[in-house]
Amino acid sequence: IVLKILPNLGLGDRIPSHQELERMEKEEAGDRPKWDNKTQYMLTCVGFCVGLGNVWRFPYLCQSHGGGAFMIPFLILLVLEGIPLLHLEFAIGQRLRSGSVGVWTAINPYLTGVGIASLLVSFLVGMYYNTIIAWVMWYFFNSFQNPLPWSQCPVNANLTDLVSECTRSSPVDYFWYRDTLNTSTSIGDSGGLQWWMVLCLLCAWLLLYVCCLRGIATTGKAVYVTSTLPYVVLTIFLIRGLTLKGSLDGIKFLFTPDLNELMNPSTWLDAGAQVFYSFSLAFGGLISFSSYNSVHNNCEQDAVIISIINGFTSVYSATVIYSIIGFRATERFDDCLEGNILALLNAFNLAEGSIKEGNYAESLQNLNGTFPETIQSLDLKTCDLQTFLSQGVEGTGLAFIVFTEAITKMPVSPLWSILFFIMLFCLGLSTMFGSIEGTVVPLQDLNIFPKRWPKEAITGIVCLVSFVIALIFAQSSGNYWLALFDSFAGSIPLLVIAFCEMIAVVYIYGIDRFNKDIEFMIGHKPNLFWQVTWRFVSPLIVLVIFVFYFVTKVSSNVTYIAWNPSSEDFPTLEVLEYPAWIYVIIFILAGVPSLVVPGTAIFKLIRRCCSNKNVYGAEVDTVSAKVQMFTTKMS
Amino acid sequence: MVSKTLNAPNGYKVRISLKTALGEDAYEWNQSEMFFFQATMAFAMRRHFQMETYNVDNIILCVQTSRVSFWFVVTSPDNTTMLIPKADVEKAVRMSRHRINNAFLLSDRTLEFLGIYPTLAAPVNPDTPPWLIVFGVVIGAVCVGIIALLISSLLQKRRKEKGMTEDGQDEEDMQVKGVENGINLDGTYNRGFTDDDRFTKL
Repeated sequence: IVLKILPNLGLGDRIPSHQELERMEKEEAGDRPKWDNKTQYMLTCVGFCVGLGNVWRFPYLCQSHGGGAFMIPFLILLVLEGIPLLHLEFAIGQRLRSGSVGVWTAINPYLTGVGIASLLVSFLVGMYYNTIIAWVMWYFFNSFQNPLPWSQCPVNANLTDLVSECTRSSPVDYFWYRDTLNTSTSIGDSGGLQWWMVLCLLCAWLLLYVCCLRGIATTGKAVYVTSTLPYVVLTIFLIRGLTLKGSLDGIKFLFTPDLNELMNPSTWLDAGAQVFYSFSLAFGGLISFSSYNSVHNNCEQDAVIISIINGFTSVYSATVIYSIIGFRATERFDDCLEGNILALLNAFNLAEGSIKEGNYAESLQNLNGTFPETIQSLDLKTCDLQTFLSQGVEGTGLAFIVFTEAITKMPVSPLWSILFFIMLFCLGLSTMFGSIEGTVVPLQDLNIFPKRWPKEAITGIVCLVSFVIALIFAQSSGNYWLALFDSFAGSIPLLVIAFCEMIAVVYIYGIDRFNKDIEFMIGHKPNLFWQVTWRFVSPLIVLVIFVFYFVTKVSSNVTYIAWNPSSEDFPTLEVLEYPAWIYVIIFILAGVPSLVVPGTAIFKLIRRCCSNKNVYGAEVDTVSAKVQMFTTKMS
Repeated sequence: MVSKTLNAPNGYKVRISLKTALGEDAYEWNQSEMFFFQATMAFAMRRHFQMETYNVDNIILCVQTSRVSFWFVVTSPDNTTMLIPKADVEKAVRMSRHRINNAFLLSDRTLEFLGIYPTLAAPVNPDTPPWLIVFGVVIGAVCVGIIALLISSLLQKRRKEKGMTEDGQDEEDMQVKGVENGINLDGTYNRGFTDDDRFTKL
């Protein structure tokens, strides 16, 4: 039962035919950029897909949704959702030889909105993602000292005691919330720009600019380092981690399966969302990258390989992260127990070494039996390894609080700190390459800038504008703004775009035409698996995730967590509600990119009706696809 | 046996954690060590008051436990029934704390005078924070890279433009001399019809 494809006039005029593609391939016509070799292309795609989310989102999801059992929904959805979508983006980019705006406009001029939405999302996500890189750079710069600045509390102004905000929370918390962010107590309280953050932000954008200056000519060289170095560092950390006490407890905790979690629908939803976001789909960057390939490149094989690499990296980094978390939890447990034992020894004047970890419980029971009031007054803490292990954190909390604390407990801490932050930096930067590609190429396609402006200038303007707007994140309240952007700019619009992409290719471009294209490109028709997933399964999964996300976000009270030293539960983060004017911002972040898709179509319809111009004609003259149009249409 | 009940307004409790400080190299705490402590405290009092009359007998120890912990009071050398006030003892201990710690191979944490808090080390403030130095290096390298790439792009473009104008002239010369049907044609070749034959391919 194939849905009748929607009528699509003039498609043949807008896209190069197979013969034209062959000719372009042979003559190497046009000055479209090309990959120097296949390795660069694969490394760039791997770098784009593998990002910070693999390191700090997947391990948390794994551990909180039943450990090893989470692999099952993750792998199933990887195969049913991730690989088909990836193959679709690769194939359509390679076939139509254009960036996102060019591709969707060629399929149908009313679909330009999908490309513009990709542009907006790439731009917004790129802004806050690079801010995270700026934070990573700040920590990297601060790693060149011993002892590390977050290993101990600073002394207060009159040298009488340690700073109270630090003693009440912890040195790592203090360094993150006070020294790095200098965070205010709410999103409304902007607190002004923090000069050190502005400097780091400037550094991050300049570094990005130098790598993206000439498009894939420069990024293609940079990815040799940025895509491979994380794996080297992960391996070093794995070896280091396995030699530390308690690491195996962490790994065991991570992978212990709890099959009951599979009954929980949110497990499947989180797995689906993680697969989707982890593949960096719908940004337009992947379409762009694969359009620089030769026509007969095997995109099917590429999609499968990159998906496997992405999945493997998630599992590998989860192992490494949890070996270190296991070490940290064990250290905390040992410290807790030691503290309790010392309190007992001091209170009862017992000889050192008379109470050890082994006989602690027994001794405590004995003492409690004879001197219960004393034991009460000591206020002993409960030390439970499982509690420490399940203090599962994700996101910036994992990298900048939990992991940095673990690093301070390792010998030669500055070295591990430097390695860790270089790895995060590379992971983030290679993702930014795709983001910039997804912003700059559509801008060129839309002819927003004069054609004779070189790519260097356009990239420079994009970086400059992004830097200026990203100064929001360098304020005291910057952390809250970033969380806002992360929740709304990078979630709903991507799902909408991905859904539209699939509908566009399967039903507007036509799945039969698409199948023939792939047969032309790689030599054989896509098999039944691809047919079923492209037509029904993948769009359905994306739709389900979108509906649930949308309903959850709309129905729940939108809140955020804030660091407030004067709150009651300090150091627990305070839960605050967003002020009313934030909803305008949320609408701009999530609503505008999503509404641009139908909006552009309506705009073009109105323009066509008003001016009676022929929209289907070959007026698409994209810079990124120098295809010769033959206007032989007799009308 | 809890020593909180001891009422000694001018005494200090001392707590020593040998195993924590020295591990396997911990020495045994015996009466000779106690004597050493008395001597050290007498030294500290001498140093602070600059009176050379303090002696080992002026330091009185009591309530020794196996923790190791004990209380001590200091008597005045002139009148053994008079105790030196707590505040003065504290000043003496603070002044010679470092010497006392080193005498026993211990630290502020492992040789505790309960009630006398160790003074915190003044923070070392370097002239330039170390992170600024690394930042300077990185941003310098990046700026050099940007300028180098931009200049090389500019040079490449100039070279291409120069090369193209030269090539373009060669092509035109060849085309003008184009022979068609044996007749030497004058004039410039109209490139608009170069691809004409493609239309007629059937």
